[in-house]
Amino acid sequence: MGVDEGLKSELQKQGVYVTTWDQLVNWGRSNSIWPLQFGLACCAIEMIATAASRYDIARFGSEIFRASPRQADLMIVAGTVTKKMAPQVVRLYNQMAEPKYVISMGACATSGGPFHTGYNVLKGIDRYIPVDVYIPGCPPTPQGLLEGLMRLQERIKSRSMGQEVGAKQAAYPVPAFGASGLEPRYTPGVFQPRKPW
Amino acid sequence: MLPSPDELKRALEQLLPGVSLTLEGTVLFVGPKDLAAVCRCLKEQERFGLDYLANLTAVDYPTEHLPAAPEASTSGAAQAGRMDVVYHLYSMAQKHGPVILKVKLPRANPVVASVTPIWRGAEFQEREVYDLYGVTFEGHPDLRRILMWDGFQGHPMRKDYVPEDQDA
Repeated sequence: MGVDEGLKSELQKQGVYVTTWDQLVNWGRSNSIWPLQFGLACCAIEMIATAASRYDIARFGSEIFRASPRQADLMIVAGTVTKKMAPQVVRLYNQMAEPKYVISMGACATSGGPFHTGYNVLKGIDRYIPVDVYIPGCPPTPQGLLEGLMRLQERIKSRSMGQEVGAKQAAYPVPAFGASGLEPRYTPGVFQPRKPW
Repeated sequence: MLPSPDELKRALEQLLPGVSLTLEGTVLFVGPKDLAAVCRCLKEQERFGLDYLANLTAVDYPTEHLPAAPEASTSGAAQAGRMDVVYHLYSMAQKHGPVILKVKLPRANPVVASVTPIWRGAEFQEREVYDLYGVTFEGHPDLRRILMWDGFQGHPMRKDYVPEDQDA
């Protein structure tokens, strides 16, 4: 969008910096992503390690884990989402302010992981809420989480804020407890089950 | 010093005449009706002093037939399958254990006395067994599901439980 790269670098040599509104806003947004402070299983331990001094998520501007969904931009779904927990996760997501993002951290949050054939685990949080970045691993290393965060930053920088807000629904339906699992089993429009082999 | 399982069985038979006990290896099988009396005796007798219930769980044997017990024969056709409830007892005061008790129950209608009045720590473990195996504990102060939600149908740890297909 906008400014010619050659002209931009010429102007910079003269001490004049040119940018676009989107670039400026996205620079700020992508370098201060505040995650929601919650963990569901062992992935949360890796997330805590990422926030601690050795890996230091503060280098990417995401060190402020907010305890309130109203103040958070990013939901890191760190761990196994049980059917009993899933409605609360969706409700927390709905309470976050736009624009908001979701990282599905680890095999459990992405697909149910080792509990895939079990009776009590949701086979991926993407059945109910839109996920921006999936991180494989069981659990992913802190480096893996930081890579996911950097991918999310790229994603934020590549789109304008207006686009982001417009693409989301106001609220995603919260599943209810049924006789053998959650009802509905997924939210159509967010997720479609893969056809059997 | 804990008596050997054999001595334990003989001692209990002396203390509680008419009690139904069978020894299989180190496991003491107790008749469902005698469980409360046996547990109370094991806790309160000075020489056993088994004051700590470390574990309470169940095992589902869907295809095994119950041994010919009077209760089973009166209920008509022999019921397929049995449900064992397992108790692991230790003594904190005398630092010995475990004593392993088991109760054989009919799988179709497993009912046994609660040991919560004896060991308070049994409360949640009995609720868990009730939730996941469907064993009813008579005399439990608050018997309801603990892990699954109210309104959930079935008992997921039973071998014949089929989980829902989330992709359907």
